[in-house]
Amino acid sequence: MIESEDFVESLQDIGFDFFTGVPDSNLGGIIATLMERRLYTPAVREDEAVAMAAGAYMGGKIPAVLMQNSGLGTCLNTLLSLNLIYQQPCLLIVSWRGFQGMDAPEHLVMGQTMTQLLDAVRIPHRTLSEQTAVDDLKWTGETFMKQRIPLALLLKKGVVRGIQP
Amino acid sequence: MRPEEGTIQSRARAIGAVLELLTDQPVIICNGFPSREAFKLADRPTHFYMIGSMGVAPAIGLGVALSKPAKKVVVLDGDGNVLMGMGTLATVGALKPKNFLHVVLDNEVYGSTGNQPTFSRVVRLEQVAKAAGYVHVERVREREDLVYELKEMLAKDGPSMLLVKVTEQAEDVDRVPLDPREITRRFMKAIA
Repeated sequence: MIESEDFVESLQDIGFDFFTGVPDSNLGGIIATLMERRLYTPAVREDEAVAMAAGAYMGGKIPAVLMQNSGLGTCLNTLLSLNLIYQQPCLLIVSWRGFQGMDAPEHLVMGQTMTQLLDAVRIPHRTLSEQTAVDDLKWTGETFMKQRIPLALLLKKGVVRGIQP
Repeated sequence: MRPEEGTIQSRARAIGAVLELLTDQPVIICNGFPSREAFKLADRPTHFYMIGSMGVAPAIGLGVALSKPAKKVVVLDGDGNVLMGMGTLATVGALKPKNFLHVVLDNEVYGSTGNQPTFSRVVRLEQVAKAAGYVHVERVREREDLVYELKEMLAKDGPSMLLVKVTEQAEDVDRVPLDPREITRRFMKAIA
């Protein structure tokens, strides 16, 4: 399991310096670390969060947005009609709820179709794992800088340490 | 004069009055007619014209304001937009960026889609902003009141909301002809 401090540290090393989003239980450890480091600006909805990231990017920041995958539905239009077409990149750190059907009913459809949805709207994505973490983060930095569009790092439960055991 | 008694002006006239008072401040302008009219009245590289993503103009402005604390960021918004992204009033009110000025051009209709009525006829959006934690809020009709209050808000710490009641009249304006990628590039350069 990746420690949330190490995960945040790696993102900061790449240059990420503006974090916003809407919490998910799987992201609790990361958000706690970000708040300790005074790097996190809470948002009330995911569309607001990706728009805030767009503004921060234009103000010189390197932004990341944390959310549960249900939030992808909420912010889809903003991602497509703002961040994507205006070339305002942000890293989406998305908790993969409903992975392999092991979750509450409201997460199952998105859990099953999320990667197809991301493919359909041409948002590059990669699933973080402890074994490939170095490569995953390298890909994150390179894709952000090269393509200048939103990209997603998908986090399954237990890959990065949460706040609950 | 109480706002209810003043003479109402067109949105384009109100936008013109706002832009006359601005110099090099970053301005986020919501999608629909406000961006198109502002582009025609006075195009500046410090203008960020939205063409989609309705409801998130203040969220974009908030991101700019937080990353550029020395610049007063102005958001030109509409009533339908504010109603769609009303949660952002809470985010702005809670985070309290001093350099955030939210101008709402309130014509009480969805003007780009055929003037269907919005709820701003009965919901006082500046009072919602006040309750959410905006420091200064005002509601005006007359051009001279708009000019007076905007000057005050530009000088004072915010977050502030100036709600301007305007008519349904829309100018005969084309879409903003700029490539969205170019809007981003020149805006970033202009506010760097």
